[in-house]
Amino acid sequence: MSNAASSSRFKDNVRAALADAELQSALKFVEVNFIARRKEVADKLPEFEALRDSARDIKNHTLAHLDLYLEAYEQRVTAQGGHVHYAVTAEDARRIVLELCRKLGAKTVTKGKSMVGEEIGINDFLEANGIVPVETDLGEYIIQIRHEMPSHIIAPAVHLTKAQVEADFRRVHTHLPPDRSMAEPEMMLAEARAVLREKFLSADVGITGANFLIAETGSSIIVTNEGNGDLTQTLPKAHIVLASIEKLVPTMEDVAQILRVLARSATGQEMSVYTTLSTGPRRAGDPDGPNEYHVIILDNGRSAMLGGEFRDMLRCIRCGACMNHCPVYHAIGGHAYGWVYPGPMGAVLTPSLIGLDKAGNLPNASTFCGRCEEVCPVRIPLPKLMRHWREREFERHLSPATVRAGLKLWSFFARRPRLYGFATRPVAWLLALFGRGRGRFSWLPLVGGWTRHRDFPAPQGATFQGQWRKRRR
Amino acid sequence: MEEEAPMIARDLILASIRNALAVTGQEAPRRRIVAERLAAHPVGVVPARGTLAPRQRLALFARMLEDAAGTLASVDSVDDVPAAVGEFLRRHNLPLAVRRGEDPVLAAVPWASERTLEISIGASDGEQLTSVSRAFGAVAETGTLVLTSGRDNPTTLNFLPDNHIVVLDARDIVGDFETAIAQLREKFGAEALPRVVNMITGPSRSADIEQTLILGAHGPRRLHVIIVGEP
Repeated sequence: MSNAASSSRFKDNVRAALADAELQSALKFVEVNFIARRKEVADKLPEFEALRDSARDIKNHTLAHLDLYLEAYEQRVTAQGGHVHYAVTAEDARRIVLELCRKLGAKTVTKGKSMVGEEIGINDFLEANGIVPVETDLGEYIIQIRHEMPSHIIAPAVHLTKAQVEADFRRVHTHLPPDRSMAEPEMMLAEARAVLREKFLSADVGITGANFLIAETGSSIIVTNEGNGDLTQTLPKAHIVLASIEKLVPTMEDVAQILRVLARSATGQEMSVYTTLSTGPRRAGDPDGPNEYHVIILDNGRSAMLGGEFRDMLRCIRCGACMNHCPVYHAIGGHAYGWVYPGPMGAVLTPSLIGLDKAGNLPNASTFCGRCEEVCPVRIPLPKLMRHWREREFERHLSPATVRAGLKLWSFFARRPRLYGFATRPVAWLLALFGRGRGRFSWLPLVGGWTRHRDFPAPQGATFQGQWRKRRR
Repeated sequence: MEEEAPMIARDLILASIRNALAVTGQEAPRRRIVAERLAAHPVGVVPARGTLAPRQRLALFARMLEDAAGTLASVDSVDDVPAAVGEFLRRHNLPLAVRRGEDPVLAAVPWASERTLEISIGASDGEQLTSVSRAFGAVAETGTLVLTSGRDNPTTLNFLPDNHIVVLDARDIVGDFETAIAQLREKFGAEALPRVVNMITGPSRSADIEQTLILGAHGPRRLHVIIVGEP
C-alpha cells in the first residue's frame, strides 16, 4: 500500500492499463453510470448552475481570507474542547498521528475514507510503528487488503471486478467456511460488514477525513453513504480528523451551498446518505462519542499554490466528476496516474504536491476536450491549468527530445502559412478519400501506437483554412 | 519541546498563506469582512423547491425520502407511535424490541399500549436490532432528517442497529437547509452546536463493488420515518 509515486513511469503504466482486460471490463461502468446519474439530478434542479457559481465564489472568498478563517476556526475548536494540530509536511502529519495514538495507547485504529490520509501514507506508517490501521469504507477496505492505492477519489475500488473482490475476500477471510457462496455483491458486503463490525467495536482511535471545516462553529464535516465514517468517529475513545487548509468554509450557510453541488456532481445523488457535523469531544452527560477530538490541518505545499497560477485548484471539493467525465480516465483508470489523485484534478494537483519532474507526464494526458471543466461543481479551469503545467514543462526542458524536435518541426511550418497549407492539403485530401466509407481509421501507417487503442477520425476533405475561405465567400 | 513544535508549524503555515496572499493578517478591512460574514452568515441560492407551503413541503419530503429508499408512516398523534412501531417490526419479522434515548417526546409516548413491545433506554452497544430516535427536524428539498447527539438521542442509535425508526413531528419539517440551520443556531447558538448533527438521507448503502447499489453497508439497512400530526 505504499504511496510512493510511479507518475514518472506514466507511459508504462498506461500501456499496462490498456492491456489489462479485467481493468478494462471494470472501467466500462464509470462511463455509463456516473455521467447519466449526474445529468439526471442536475437537470432536476433548475438552480444547479447558479449553485455552482455560488460554490465557486464561496471557495474563492475563503481562499482570499484563509489566514483569518483558519484562526477563527481554531479558536472555535479549542473553545469546544477540541485540539487543532498543524502539519507543514506529510511527515509532520504522520508524526502527529503517531504521537496521539501512542499517548492514547492505541493498538488498533479504524479509518474512514480520507484522501489526505492517502496523501500522507498514514496506513503504512502506522503499521511500521506497530499500530494496526483498518480501512472501513468498503472500497478502501478492498484496496487495503490488496495493498493498492485508490484508483478513484470517491470510488477507490472502481478498477476491480466482482470476481477479483471475491478472490480477495476468500484469501483474507480465512476464518469463514471456504465453500460459502459469494455469487452476489450483497453477500460480499454482508461479509465485510460482519468482519468490520468487530473492528469498529474494538478500535482505540478513529481517523476520518473532512469534507469541510466550518470557521463559524469549529465543526468538521464528513459526507458518506455507508455510515462507516460515523461508526469510526463515534465508537473509539478518540477521533482524529485529517484535513488540509483548503477545506475551510466560513459558515453553515456556505456549507449548504456547496453540499447542493457535491453529491449531485459526485455520485448523482440529491444528497449523500450521511452528512455529519462534528464539534468537539463528548459532552458532559453524553452517553456516546469520543472523549478526545483532534484535527490535524495539513499544508503540504498548498499555501504556496495560493500565490500562483494554480490557486483555482484549491477550490476542489474532491467530488470526482472530472475523472468520471474524462475520456483518458475511462481508457486507463486511476492507477496509471501513479499517485493518490487521478484524473484531471490529479493531473493538476499531483505536480504541485510531488513536483513536476516526477509528475510532468500527467498534464499531458488530456485531449483538452474540456468536459472536466464543464462538469466541475466549483468551475476549476482544469484544461487551462494543465496547459500551465505543459508550458512549465517545456520551459524547464523536461519534455523528451522527440517531443521538442516534433514541436520545432511543427512550428517551422506553422510560421509559414503557405507552406503549411501546401503540405497539409494533399494529406487531408488523401485521408478523406480513403476514410470516406467509415469516417474513421482503425489503423494508419506511422501512427500505429495512436490507433491501437482508438480510431483516427477521417478529415472532411478540405483543410480548415480551405473551408474557412469557402464559407466566407 | 513536544508542546512547542505545533506552534511553530502553525506560524509557518499562517506566514506562508499570508506571504502567498501578500497580506499581513492585520489589515482592518479584511478582518472586518471576515468578522461580518461569520456574524451575518448570508444565505446564498435557495432552490425554489425548498420554499413550498407546508402541505406541499410534506409531500415533497415524503417523495424525496422514498426516492432515497426510506419508508414512511403517518400517524395523528404520539399516542399512535407504538402501534406504528409494532406494525413496522411485524412487517419485517423483527423481534418486538427497540432501544431509545431519553428524549422527552419519546418518553411521553404511551409505549405500554403496544403490549408485547420491549423498550430499553440508552446508547447502542451493537446488540440491538432496532432503535427509535426523535428527529430535531427534516429538510424537504432532499428528504433529509436532522438529528442531534446527546442523552436524548444517542448517536450510536443512528448507526449501529440494523433498523432505524425516526419519529418526526410534521411541524418540524422545513423546506430548505438554510431554515434548518437557522433553527439549530436558534436552539443551540452557533458557538455551542451539539457534539454531532447528523443529516441522514435514507438508509446506509454502498456501490463499491461494480457500482451495484446495495443497502445496509455499515449503518442501518432500513430507515423508517413515523410522521406525527399535520404540518
